[in-house]
Amino acid sequence: MTTATLPDLAPSPMPAPAALPQADAAPRPALIEAKNVSVFYGAFEAIKSVSLDVSTNEVVAFIGPSGCGKSTFLRSINRINDMVRGCRVTGELKIGGQDIYASGVDLVTLRRQVGMVFQKPNPFPTSIYANVTYGPRLQGVKKRQELDAIVEDCLRKAAIWDEAKDRLHTSALGMSGGQQQRLCIARALATRPSVLLMDEPCSALDPIATAKIEDLIVGLKKLVTIIVVTHNMHQAARVSDRTAFFYLGKLIEYDETSTMFTNPNQKQTEEYITGRFG
Amino acid sequence: MIADRADRSLHDRLTRGASAVAYTLSIGFTVVILVTLLCVVGYLFTLGFSSLSLGFFTHLPTGAAQGDVGGMKHAVLGTLILIALASIVGIPLGLLTGIYLSEYDTGSKLATPIRFICDVLAGVPSIVVGILGYELLVRPLGHYNGYAGALALAFIMIPIVARTTEEMLRLVPGNYREASIGLGATKAETILQVIMPAATGSLVTGIMLAIARVAGETAPLLFTALGSRLLSTDPNEPMPSLTVQIFTYATGPSPDQQKLAWAGILVLIGLIFVLNLAIRFAASRRVGSKR
Repeated sequence: MTTATLPDLAPSPMPAPAALPQADAAPRPALIEAKNVSVFYGAFEAIKSVSLDVSTNEVVAFIGPSGCGKSTFLRSINRINDMVRGCRVTGELKIGGQDIYASGVDLVTLRRQVGMVFQKPNPFPTSIYANVTYGPRLQGVKKRQELDAIVEDCLRKAAIWDEAKDRLHTSALGMSGGQQQRLCIARALATRPSVLLMDEPCSALDPIATAKIEDLIVGLKKLVTIIVVTHNMHQAARVSDRTAFFYLGKLIEYDETSTMFTNPNQKQTEEYITGRFG
Repeated sequence: MIADRADRSLHDRLTRGASAVAYTLSIGFTVVILVTLLCVVGYLFTLGFSSLSLGFFTHLPTGAAQGDVGGMKHAVLGTLILIALASIVGIPLGLLTGIYLSEYDTGSKLATPIRFICDVLAGVPSIVVGILGYELLVRPLGHYNGYAGALALAFIMIPIVARTTEEMLRLVPGNYREASIGLGATKAETILQVIMPAATGSLVTGIMLAIARVAGETAPLLFTALGSRLLSTDPNEPMPSLTVQIFTYATGPSPDQQKLAWAGILVLIGLIFVLNLAIRFAASRRVGSKR
């Protein structure tokens, strides 16, 4: 993988890579801290007082049946839910120590720091190059050389450089679904985020494309903290360090993925994971 | 079993019959429409082409009712000026209204009345717009003028452009908006850099519809720009236009002028056609250069 050798991403407060295995139970510094977060759509409480934290450079999976609120919670982390009319968030949600729902928070900065990849690949109907440079251009990067470098860097990080390098100026819509999704990941990386939110990134993809995205998630965690919503239990088990199980808007259980899948605390978690409901 | 099969085949036959009927009907009506269109165009060409000459574009009316009646240089120019002025006012206002309705209407109570007013305005007979222009822009100034004509046309354009813009922007997939916002774009940046470019083709169609509509308007101009037999490039003066000139000639007694009116109609249609192509070409190049 080329990812490791490439320049570092955002000025994320990355701890010295103490390449220790799982063994160290010492809590790493929390990057995202949610305390009693509730999300309302009008009068409906979609998320009920959820508290959890996510550490730097880990992959967290949100699982749960459809409508359990996991996507809603994800979408409140970059405040993209603000676009939904009648959506309201209470409680405290901090990223890097800053309350993102405090007044005066700059949403533009927030969303650059917290990138997002959506369920359905959604490249803009422009060229591959224009897709990746969209974010940097908004930030005022104009020089061709700089943009070229960003494009190559991000496409490499998203493991799609080899497939895209000869067609950078052709339409992104000419790519396959899996390629489009990796392009969307590259596009999100181009704003140098410290957190990457992925909302069921593989649900529209075939198994081979899915495997590529999963590899990518594991590779990218050196660079960014990743939260991935998934319906696929095996996927959660394969890619995540910790897993959060949501049910009916509540966080039922949140633990190391290995624990969740072998020895869950809650009966509901076990029943969901073993496929008895959901 | 057998009865069942017979039933099914009867049902099948009925369905197939209905389908064949529908198919034949739709083909038939398409042919009817096409033939009608061809008749109109053919009629226009036979009558218009014979009186169309280079002189049409280079000569002014001679004033003579018979023999050499001259050309319509003044009217071609006048129509172009009026359309240009109307577009300068009408297109931006229409686009902005459409953008507001589609993108900024987040639960405000303003959007529904605006939408309603647009729909009503789009249906107002154009003579009414002409009279409005007369009252507001001709009477206070004391003389017929091109500005009044252009504004009357712009007034007709705005609701058409606004409503098509709204419809077309709504068709842009919502996930483009999410993607753009998610990358740290502001709403304005999202609209300008993602949504409008994605809808360029259909926005251009809406604009063309509006231009084509006003290019063929006569009534609003009768009361505002009035028309003129002279060459005029000053919009503060009465302005000639193809439609009004056609109207004057076509309703007049002179057969030679009537012939020229036919040529005028042909030129008007050609003008709209050329404008359409030119705008489409320009739009596709602008979008192309961004990539």
